[in-house]
Amino acid sequence: MTTVDLISALLLAIGCFFAITGGVGILRMPDFYTRLHAAGKVDSLAQALILSGLMVQAGLSLVSVKLLLIIVFLLATTPTATHAVAKAAHLSRLKPWRAGKSK
Amino acid sequence: MMFVAAGAAVLVAILLFLVRALLGPTTFDRILAVNAIGTKTVIFVALLGFIAGRPEFLDIALLYALINFIATLAVLKFVEYRRLG
Repeated sequence: MTTVDLISALLLAIGCFFAITGGVGILRMPDFYTRLHAAGKVDSLAQALILSGLMVQAGLSLVSVKLLLIIVFLLATTPTATHAVAKAAHLSRLKPWRAGKSK
Repeated sequence: MMFVAAGAAVLVAILLFLVRALLGPTTFDRILAVNAIGTKTVIFVALLGFIAGRPEFLDIALLYALINFIATLAVLKFVEYRRLG
């Protein structure tokens, strides 16, 4: 296991941990607006970590440039898509969850 | 070998999102879950490219990221205005 493999293994492991955390978060959260956090933020972090782990593995080549493009594009669009979903939900008068009030 | 493990973890995450997509009470939960599954698919295709040793898969992953974003916005527009025109 060279250092490159070690670094990419570490990045992949942390990225996969956050991916599964996002999955658990979107299941456990009580309300749509709280699930936005799990799906939106954790998603973009998990993809950034996993794809940068692959970039470390690929070294300086065209593959890394493509991976960087994917990372930058997803970091730009995932929050935008999450915002669009939240705005659409808010416009259709979806009430946020209140603690103590049964749904 | 670690790519296969990472792929398996991403598949587990996709399954969790799929459960939320099926259970989701409101339609917006479903749209959110499908959008998240699309992002995870991008990662999974990139991992498959590394497992199979074929760098062309990254073009597919990039294209899928583009399409996933546009699809989410189109579905939202349709849900909001009942038509795409």
